[in-house]
Amino acid sequence: MIMLSLALVSWGASAQHDHSKMGHATEGQTNMDSKMANKSMVQPSVKVERSKSATAIIDNYLALKDALVADNSNKASSSGKTLFDAFAKFDISAHPKSQQKELAEIIEDASEHAEHIFENSGNIDHQREHFEILSTDINDLVIIIGSDRTLYQTFCPMYNKNEGGVWLSASREIKNPFYGSKMMKCGSVQQEITVE
Amino acid sequence: MKLLKPIGFVLLIVLVGIQFIPSRSNQSTEVPSTDFVKTYKVSEQLGQILYTSCYNCHSNNTNYPWYSWVQPVGMLLENHINKGKEELNFSEFGTYSGRKQKSKLTAMISQVEDGEMPLASYTFIHREARLSAVDKNNLVDYLKTLKLATQKNRGNEPRPENIISIL
Repeated sequence: MIMLSLALVSWGASAQHDHSKMGHATEGQTNMDSKMANKSMVQPSVKVERSKSATAIIDNYLALKDALVADNSNKASSSGKTLFDAFAKFDISAHPKSQQKELAEIIEDASEHAEHIFENSGNIDHQREHFEILSTDINDLVIIIGSDRTLYQTFCPMYNKNEGGVWLSASREIKNPFYGSKMMKCGSVQQEITVE
Repeated sequence: MKLLKPIGFVLLIVLVGIQFIPSRSNQSTEVPSTDFVKTYKVSEQLGQILYTSCYNCHSNNTNYPWYSWVQPVGMLLENHINKGKEELNFSEFGTYSGRKQKSKLTAMISQVEDGEMPLASYTFIHREARLSAVDKNNLVDYLKTLKLATQKNRGNEPRPENIISIL
C-alpha cells in the first residue's frame, strides 16, 4: 500500500514536471501564433542564436525596408534585387538536416516576394504588399538560424484594411515602411529578437 | 521600291511559316488531386467562378479561344499563360508548402480585392471572366477563411525548440 502510494506520488511528481515542460513549450508556440492572432498584445522577447549566416539577407532586407520608409519605389526595387541575390546565395545545406525543409520553404517563398518587389518598380503599394509577407518569412528565418544583431518585430495595426502587418527593424524607433511619410509613426514594437 | 516586293514576299513566307508552330499546349482532361478545388473542397459555385475567371491562365487547362490558332497571337497567349502559371498554378496548389499556400492566398485576396485580377486587359475581351460585386465578395470571404485555416495548421511555425529561451 505504501509502495503504491509512493509510486503514485512519484508519478504525480513526474507528471507535474512534464506538465511544466509542456507549459513552457506551449508558451513558446503561443508566442509565435499570437504574432498573427493577438496583434495588439506585447510579446516577451525571444532570444536567438548568434549567427552570421543571415547577415547578407538582414542587411538587404533592412535596406529594402528603409527604401519603403522613404517612399522610394525605385530604391526598393533595387534592394529587392540584391535581397533576391542574397537568398540565391544562401546555403541551406550548411544548416542541420532537421531545419533544411523549412528553410527551403522560407527561402522559396521569400525569394518570390523579393522578385516581385524588384519587378514592381513604380508600384509601391504592390511592393509593400509583398514586403509584408516577406517580413514574416524573414522573422521565421531569423528565429531558426539566428541573427547578428538585435531586431525589433514591429506591428502596424492599420495596414491591410486593419488586418495589420509586421516588419522587422534594427531600431526601436518607429518608421513605418507600409505607409512611409503618410503615417510614419504608426506602429509599436511587439517583440524584441535578441541575440545570445 | 524594287526592294519592297522581296521584303513583302519574305514576310508572307514567315507569316505562313509560323502558322505551323504548335500552340494550344496547355490542355489536360483530368482535374488532379493537387488542384485547388480538391485541396480545399471548394464548393461548385465558387469553383465555377475560379474556372471562368482564373483558370485559363492559372491552371494546366486553358479553354482556348479560336484566335489562338492564329500565330503570332497563339504564341503571345502561350507566353502569357506560362507566366501566369509560374505565379500561381491552381492545378498544383496542393503541392505548395503551407507557407507558400498562405502566401498565395494573401496575394490572391489583395489582387481580387483591389480589382487587379482578373486583368483588365483580359476581361476586356473575355467579358464572362469579369467578377460581379457579389462573386468578388464571396470569393474574397472564402479565401480569407482559407487563409485563417492555413495559418492555424501551417505546421511550419518556428518550433519551440528553436527558441532558446523566452524571457
